[in-house]
Amino acid sequence: MGDRCAVIGVGQTRYMSKRRDVSIAGLVREAALRALEDAGLTFADVDAVVIGKAPDLFEGVMMPEAYLADALGAAGKPIMRVHTAGSVGGSTALVGASLIQGGVHERVLVVGFEKQSESNATWALTTHLPFSSSLVVGAGGYFAPHIREYIRRSGAPPHIGALVAVKDRLNALKNPYAHLRIPGITRELVESTPMLWEPIRYLETCPSSDGACAMVLAAEHKVTGTPAWVHGAAMRSETMMRAGRDTVSPQAGKDCAADVYRQAGIADPRRDLDVAEVYVPFSWYEPMWLENLGFATEGEGWKLTEAGCTALDGDIPWNPSGGVLSSNPIGASGLIRFAEAALQVRGLAGEHQVPGARRALGHAYGGGAQFFAMWIVGSEKP
Amino acid sequence: MPSEQDAAGPSGGPLVAEHTLEFPGGYTRTTGPVIGRFLTELRDGRVVGVRTAAGRVLVPPLEYDPDTGEPVTGEYVEVGPAGTVTTWSWVHAPRPGHPLDRPFAWALIRMDGADTDLVHAVDAGNVKAMRPGLRVRPRWRAERTGHITDIACFVPEVTKIVAPIRTAYRLRPGRSLGRFLEGVRDGILLGGRCPDCDKVYLPYRISCPACGAAVDEEVRVADTGTVTTFAINNLPDPRAPQVPFVSAYILLDGADTELIGLVGGVPADRVRQGMRVRAVWLPPEERTTAMTNIRWFEPTGEPDVDLDAGRDAQGGA
Amino acid sequence: MREVAVVAFAQTRHSAVDEGLSEPELLLPVIRAVRESTGLRSFGFTCSGSCDYLAGAPFSFVSALDAIGAWPPISESHVEMDGAWALYEAWVRLQHGDIDTALVYGFGKSTQTDPYELMTLQLDPYYLAPLGLDEISYAALQARAWLDAGGDEKTMREVVRRSRAAGRANPDALDLPDPPGDESHLVEPLRPSDVAPVTDGAAAVVLAAGDRARELCERPAWITGIAHRIDPHYLGMRNLARPASAADAARAAGAGKGAIDVAELHVRYSHEEPILREALGIPDGTVVNPSGGPLAANPIMAAGLIRIGEAARRVMSGAAVRALGHATSGPCLQHNLVTVMEG
Repeated sequence: MGDRCAVIGVGQTRYMSKRRDVSIAGLVREAALRALEDAGLTFADVDAVVIGKAPDLFEGVMMPEAYLADALGAAGKPIMRVHTAGSVGGSTALVGASLIQGGVHERVLVVGFEKQSESNATWALTTHLPFSSSLVVGAGGYFAPHIREYIRRSGAPPHIGALVAVKDRLNALKNPYAHLRIPGITRELVESTPMLWEPIRYLETCPSSDGACAMVLAAEHKVTGTPAWVHGAAMRSETMMRAGRDTVSPQAGKDCAADVYRQAGIADPRRDLDVAEVYVPFSWYEPMWLENLGFATEGEGWKLTEAGCTALDGDIPWNPSGGVLSSNPIGASGLIRFAEAALQVRGLAGEHQVPGARRALGHAYGGGAQFFAMWIVGSEKP
Repeated sequence: MPSEQDAAGPSGGPLVAEHTLEFPGGYTRTTGPVIGRFLTELRDGRVVGVRTAAGRVLVPPLEYDPDTGEPVTGEYVEVGPAGTVTTWSWVHAPRPGHPLDRPFAWALIRMDGADTDLVHAVDAGNVKAMRPGLRVRPRWRAERTGHITDIACFVPEVTKIVAPIRTAYRLRPGRSLGRFLEGVRDGILLGGRCPDCDKVYLPYRISCPACGAAVDEEVRVADTGTVTTFAINNLPDPRAPQVPFVSAYILLDGADTELIGLVGGVPADRVRQGMRVRAVWLPPEERTTAMTNIRWFEPTGEPDVDLDAGRDAQGGA
Repeated sequence: MREVAVVAFAQTRHSAVDEGLSEPELLLPVIRAVRESTGLRSFGFTCSGSCDYLAGAPFSFVSALDAIGAWPPISESHVEMDGAWALYEAWVRLQHGDIDTALVYGFGKSTQTDPYELMTLQLDPYYLAPLGLDEISYAALQARAWLDAGGDEKTMREVVRRSRAAGRANPDALDLPDPPGDESHLVEPLRPSDVAPVTDGAAAVVLAAGDRARELCERPAWITGIAHRIDPHYLGMRNLARPASAADAARAAGAGKGAIDVAELHVRYSHEEPILREALGIPDGTVVNPSGGPLAANPIMAAGLIRIGEAARRVMSGAAVRALGHATSGPCLQHNLVTVMEG
């Protein structure tokens, strides 16, 4: 694990379909300046910058760390740009933390962003090379078959997805940064929306958002204000093409969780954690990840959701921020999970604060559910 | 409108005649000092307001504070160059006297530095571009005379540029995929067997993704198989015949990895996990080196496969 | 800082034409080579560098994962940058102390598109990219700035001649002829031979820490300093003839602390060599780009990693005691990474 590392500042932009009022630099600066302000610092106090985002095709700006370097106060400093598909927000935080854990830098600014309204997310995700053996389908079309298989294996009743969709959007109403705001959202409303890729309905799908999220990470001797200490950090990847690959509960997800729990001394995540911010872009991924992350045994994840355990007032709130289902700037979504986990244990999550939260999980995944990045943060030093 | 026939007709219609009142050359309106100052500044390409005794900046300037009737001060203040739309309406069919001859918005515009709104036209192009809070600037007429129309209209501030980006590539499929597609051209589905883990990967590839060993053995895989899972897509796609369409993971007989393909020849809501399917090929003379040689996979009619039996055999993980 | 060394390096026989291999197929033999030379099947951490836009599709690095046999699941990350920065990330990870080995790789097929035009997409999207400034054009601006600051075209010609000759002697680089004396300009002051060739290729490096490095390699190339820095982006807002970030990175990596026997510099345009020699403080006696450098083979996204590998190789063979590997990214040497290695 290396040296101790803490989150001392978090900054977010209001997530929405189109940020027409800012340039790309303006968008990232908004989050970066808020994070610095939260940390009581300026750009001058930062030793290194790490940015992460999804494919450059979204904005048509290739390798944007070159253009954004000075916008993020990085002139004269090192800057890196991470790209690990959908988990990128998480890996960006981990790469930033790694610089501190490795004793290389003392204060690192990490930023994740996407200004995907400059093109169109569906278009960008379905561009494909001319030669292929398989049909290439967009994100929803890719994950829907695995959700179907989960439902078959677990025998889950069909309404579980809608329960997650409602819960996360109700939570979003308590998050001033969240994109989707649907006051009065009900299960009936969700189930009345069109089926996009059966069994995923329109309101069970993540939005396409513009936005940025930033964190300031610090080494122990440079911590100021209210820190969230990193208790565990891990990433795992697995090959998508393996024969017999379990696409419902990927091994890489299980291994990543096991590593991060071991580092943080967590034996039973449901009992030992107070809150989790988990990458759930389609409603059914909540019960699936409840099992993959060991909060429930195989086949039982949907029961936790149905019983309200993951609601804001449940015993293990999941996605009190509203999650990816409420805000989804793809390059930042993973970082937002990590940042929200930090806000929870710092007691700074405002209206969506889980009372007394001391340990939280931040989770991100990407690709064909093959890249996983997770961390555990706590209010006490590890 | 009355027709000539009405006017002239002997059938007894009402008598109608065209009549105009127009002062030749137009009225001469003297402006007084305050309006004169505003229009003089406008002719020079500037917008000014005047400060009231209470401190408010009136745009356009009046000689009096509209709230009290008191005279305004002699202090003129340049405002703008931009302003914010506070209210607007959209004209679909402009009249001849309107500032523009194409659809446009009337707007109340709060110039920067002003405390009242200016009324003018906004050439926004499309009603969707209008909203309260829109930032606009004057489009100045080239020849100005000291008239409110010296500003031809307002136009939205630049908020975006359009960047057409196109990168062009000459791509090749690579050795593995190239070999696989050659097979497909001949109506054959080629997999590759890994000598170490003994799994058959489809499509054919030169290395094993699990252990990295070199794959030498080509294995011909059947064009029949089992649907392990699928999605019913309701969003149209150019590659599928119609909506809804089914995209399925198909484990072909003899292969250990799945292909994703279309399922056709059966209503979408009748597709099942475990269903047996076979490829429907294009006739040989229509085939190319592409997966589109297989139109889709259709049910064979055989009994469904029990997917859990297969899964246990593979050991789950 | 924990001592970390390069213990293996492999690269493809770089090609100026598309040989019909996909990126993972290009990478496969290189990964096998470093696995064989170290005897390692798995590594504590894996990191790669590549570019989606070069490949022509988003998430292009994902298929590379299938080429390295990521099973059981591995701890792995990726940067959308030259593999040299993937090496940096891996070096940082090894500092934590819980793992001892890392696999690093970079790859790219530049033959698939026009890479000079592609680089326009990396520029400021409001003020520079819409002008259609291609890489050769903006490199030419830097060449002009350098010449006006006291540079000499003869130096550029000599860099080309020397690099191509070294490339001919390097079995992995291209065989390019001596530059003709009568070349007309491409974009003044640059001529065609001043520009690195379009090349496909891949490379891999294995890093190991402490005693593990000694077990895996007879003479590990110990990284005694590694650092990178970036300059402001806009071309009119920095001194093109003197990239401060290159000097800062060299200083932070401790390049000046001793003699440098060999320096492999990421020179994509001939004028970049004298600029970098000065900025990095390369002494006159140093052998520069004995591999021929990018002017002899420029597989984008691997070229920087190869500079580090080539420098390391000479330390591992005993030919050099202290070597420097440099990588660059961004327009006109905006971002610079320096590694110093010792035997």
